[in-house]
Amino acid sequence: MRRGIAATALVAALALAATACGGDDKGDGGTDAGGELSGTVTWWDTANDAEKASFQKIAEAFTAKHPKVTVKYVNVPYGDAQNKVKNAFSSGSDAPDVIRADVGWVADFASLGYLDEVPADMAKKVDAEFLPQAAASGKYEGKTYAVPQVIDTLGLFYNKKMLADAGVEPPKTLAELKTAAEAIKAKTGKAALYLRGDDSYWFLPLIYGEGGDLVDAKNKTVTVDNEAGVKAFKTARDLVASGAAVTNATDGYANMQTAFKTGEAAMMINGPWAVADTYAGDQFKDKANLGIAAVPAGSAKAGAPQGGHDLGVYAGSKNRAAAHAFVEYMTSQEVQVQSAKELSLLPTRTAAYEQPDVKSSEMVQFFKPAVDKAVERAWIPENGSLFEPLKVEYTKAITGASSPEDAAKAAGIEFRKILKGWK
Amino acid sequence: MAADTSQSVVKAAAGGVGNDSAVRGRSRWTDSGNTGNTGKTGNTRNSGGLRRALATHWYAWAMIAPVVLVLGVIIGWPLVRGIYLSLTDANERNVARDIGARHIDATYEFIGLDNYAAVLGDPVFLQRLVWTVVWTVACVSITFVLGLTLANMLNRQFRGRAAYRMALILPWAVPGFVSVFAWRFLFNRDNGILNKVLDGGGIAAVPWLDDPTWAKFSVIAVNVWLGIPFMMVALLGGLQSIPGELYEAAEMDGATAWQRFRHITLPGLRTVSMTVILLSTIWTFNMFPVIFLLTRGGPGDSTEILVTQAFREAFITSPRDFAVSATWGVLILLLLMMFALVYRRSLRKQGEVW
Repeated sequence: MRRGIAATALVAALALAATACGGDDKGDGGTDAGGELSGTVTWWDTANDAEKASFQKIAEAFTAKHPKVTVKYVNVPYGDAQNKVKNAFSSGSDAPDVIRADVGWVADFASLGYLDEVPADMAKKVDAEFLPQAAASGKYEGKTYAVPQVIDTLGLFYNKKMLADAGVEPPKTLAELKTAAEAIKAKTGKAALYLRGDDSYWFLPLIYGEGGDLVDAKNKTVTVDNEAGVKAFKTARDLVASGAAVTNATDGYANMQTAFKTGEAAMMINGPWAVADTYAGDQFKDKANLGIAAVPAGSAKAGAPQGGHDLGVYAGSKNRAAAHAFVEYMTSQEVQVQSAKELSLLPTRTAAYEQPDVKSSEMVQFFKPAVDKAVERAWIPENGSLFEPLKVEYTKAITGASSPEDAAKAAGIEFRKILKGWK
Repeated sequence: MAADTSQSVVKAAAGGVGNDSAVRGRSRWTDSGNTGNTGKTGNTRNSGGLRRALATHWYAWAMIAPVVLVLGVIIGWPLVRGIYLSLTDANERNVARDIGARHIDATYEFIGLDNYAAVLGDPVFLQRLVWTVVWTVACVSITFVLGLTLANMLNRQFRGRAAYRMALILPWAVPGFVSVFAWRFLFNRDNGILNKVLDGGGIAAVPWLDDPTWAKFSVIAVNVWLGIPFMMVALLGGLQSIPGELYEAAEMDGATAWQRFRHITLPGLRTVSMTVILLSTIWTFNMFPVIFLLTRGGPGDSTEILVTQAFREAFITSPRDFAVSATWGVLILLLLMMFALVYRRSLRKQGEVW
């Protein structure tokens, strides 16, 4: 059995070596005699299919500024990235120089010693020129380990035409959503909301909506199983059981996108990263048909989690100077404006929002106030690992395999196993 | 032995008479050495015999040394290491690792059987064990019955037999993960072909992978599909080794088809089927890819077996808990060893030499 794991890890490592770093000779790199950057910078990017071409183009343009640096762009699917990065980092060889890490992973990687601290001058800039909540996600124990590249949050995507046909307004609360669902079902025969049931990130708006949170990091307390938590699990189950939402316990993301793009569902909860892909759907040939609103409020408030991606440099990289320069370039205002324009992604630099290209992007204009109000998560190393047990319980609750009370209780037990010593 | 002979042949060919006698002399000497070994005379002669046996069979030792070494490295060492890790509190934060040129030393400690107490004390272990046993028994028995049926159907002359055999062996030729992903597309509730077909027939969509019971059904179905070719080929080989005269004689005596199957085919297949059942049980018990790739243990944790749980501990949770994962691994090994022992004993009782 151990051999099974070792073999799996070995295969994974070999696959990585073959696809990502095959035959790569990084050499010494760094700076040559004249102080000019040189060498190869390998970047593992987790952008989705709709975004990756654009990012690759932007990344490779780095060579125009530093002719002696070769950028090696590798796209790693987001779902596998955390594991692949860890395998590569801990094996010490064939690891990427720069990674695009989900904001939830930074503290974890930093606490394991995998990330190189951001140079002092850049760290100062991050504090001064970036959105404060984005800057916070790149920090661990007061030091800056990653530079925020994009920031995001969840919103309610809706099909304007379908809602108009049913004669309803975009719902502001879950109660309105349920009324709207009946009208949509009656008029169009389609489902109102597609809610992912296989990823606990989509549970966050529900628990924030009830005024709860997963944990209270300040007081080292697990809060997922308190009253608000139980209510959130109940809400999730109720949305599906009442028919207001449809869900799926496997392949949720792909199914959700398909259902929304083909008009099988009138609404979904998703983030700015999905905009480029959604525009490719039949229903959104006319881009104006896509509307975005704040996530519906629960009984307490409307709340969506702050997400996004940071760029970090591997502590063991042979080419750290060039890698840091690459990170600085990828998070520069110019690049952020370009990805806002092309992909509707939200910049992390405060000044970027003053640029005409950003101002004219309807999606950015919608998501910016949403991001400002987004609930900042607890930036603790265990952040990423909380989602796995939560996913198990969320799926059980939403599909009715477990009662909301049991689901909340079980999630609390698992959380306390991960967060040793927490209340 | 082959090396010795060839050497002596070469020597004999090259050196003529003198060498020839030397070879003969040596063979006599070996004989006497063997006698010394088998005889129950004093210690001195015995150890001398051992030394001489070593001297004589040095080539045999040399020949198997690489095998022993390789087995030691790829099986022995990981096993010992895994057992050791299960007695520590090793996790991602305290194991030795290299970050570029920087080396971080291991700081984990020996904690005895705490991990075993924790794993066995957790109700999760029993849940996983029960489902793993159900999964193994269901997969192996269904695969065996279907494999036997197909093998019997193929064990006769008819037009296009080769084509049928090819088609039935096909699942084996496709890489496992490719098959599983293909099935995953078929099973997709909203956009999968299976549900589209059912929909065409007016049947409501089946939540293949979204409902715990259906998900269990689905993983078993895929594993059976993957396992049938092996079962069928092995049993077909067994069937072909049963002499046709037995059937002829039985037919002469007026035995019905069922009686022939019951009293000739089944006993004739005994040795083959016992082996394939044992192999298949061990494989299914540890069948990681089907469950991991099809459902990731979901929905919730309803299709998680022991092996995928061990993987979860080591690779999905963060920090990765190597010690607990090793504990699960050792427990799985113990369970399988127990199973193999019981199985062997029951075979012995039935007079089977295995």
